[in-house]
Amino acid sequence: MSTDPGVWIAAFLTMCILSFLYRDNPFYRFAEHLFIGVSAAYWAVYYYYNILQPNLIDPMFVQGQLLLIIPLALGVMMLTRLFPKVGWMSRWPLAFIVGTYAGYNLIIYLQSDALDQVTATLVSLVQVEAWQTLFQHPSFVNFLYAIGVPVVIMGVITGIIYFFFSKEHKGVFGGLAKIGIWFLMVAFGASFGYTVMARISLLIGRVYFLLHNWLQLI
Amino acid sequence: MKKEVPLIITFVAGMIMIVQYFVPHWPFSNLQQMFNNWFLIITVFALILGILNLLKNHIEKVSRRRKGWLYSIVLMTGFMIMGVAGFVWGPAEGRPFDWIYWHAHVPMSSTMFALLAFFVASASYRAFRARTAEATLLLVSAILVMMSRVPLGSYMWSQLPLIGDWIMSYPNMAGQRAIMIGIALGVVSTSLRIILGIERTYLSGK
Repeated sequence: MSTDPGVWIAAFLTMCILSFLYRDNPFYRFAEHLFIGVSAAYWAVYYYYNILQPNLIDPMFVQGQLLLIIPLALGVMMLTRLFPKVGWMSRWPLAFIVGTYAGYNLIIYLQSDALDQVTATLVSLVQVEAWQTLFQHPSFVNFLYAIGVPVVIMGVITGIIYFFFSKEHKGVFGGLAKIGIWFLMVAFGASFGYTVMARISLLIGRVYFLLHNWLQLI
Repeated sequence: MKKEVPLIITFVAGMIMIVQYFVPHWPFSNLQQMFNNWFLIITVFALILGILNLLKNHIEKVSRRRKGWLYSIVLMTGFMIMGVAGFVWGPAEGRPFDWIYWHAHVPMSSTMFALLAFFVASASYRAFRARTAEATLLLVSAILVMMSRVPLGSYMWSQLPLIGDWIMSYPNMAGQRAIMIGIALGVVSTSLRIILGIERTYLSGK
């Protein structure tokens, strides 16, 4: 067994949280509340040293950039939300955050998530290298890779058709929307499988910590 | 004053962020950098607001001896210890803050996420009861991706990892792209509505 008190604390907290698998209990609730408290303080310290100090405190009080009094005032106004009588003042900083974020995202999303995705989708239908590999080594897998690009184009177009709700999903349009659902289901399944694997690997990491670092059995 | 000023602030901030993309030089490039900096500072205050609200609720719970008040003391103790460690000794490596981070924060956060593996397993049992063609597709795709990522999959069929990669690279990407394009168009229209003051729910619906 480990003699490091830090490892013992980590093992105790790990066991407390895993005890939830049996049912909700005081050990789990203790760890849950401790986690919230520690996390809140962690992020407060993190943001102070990484954002507030280099972007506000040092430039304003050391370098004398007095214009920063505006975000400081807006930040303090944000805290007025805690006091109902003057809570309306928090709308000003909120409006700034919402406006900046909306303007920034409008451009970013339009560029990277709409236009760039359309450009990346509309490539040559025939991937010469993939077809050459198929003819040299005919197999089911090589066939799948050869038809990959048409599959993507069809999937994107039918997927978008499914999301178009201004026209009733009937006839040819409905058929295409149905194909779109199939592609979306494959995508959801793949994402789900990927997420499960990520969670399982985290669980393996915790079990390995208990058996290796704490109990030193493996 | 309570309604008009926030709408003007939203419009000006939003328009400057849009215009700087098309006019990437003075004065808009400077304004964009300045607004980005201000944005970061104000979001930290939003975080402080959240923390103050959390503490206020738990102090209230303790003072009124409401059910579970002892856990509130645990929460505040954890907050105080981590906060003092960070603000007094700093966050550098080897300091108390770093020690608590590695021996309390990291184990608890990774175990919390690991715990989800079990709930995902029970959710998958419900989701994977293949009652329709769509559910069957979801089931087959998830199983193929999972099996392609473990040694057992390639032991059963050497081509399985390639099939898993193909699903991720082609049909999955097609579905994800359709969703991304849909979301992007939604973001563009919602952002425009917000900047132009048509969408005002963020001002408490008034």
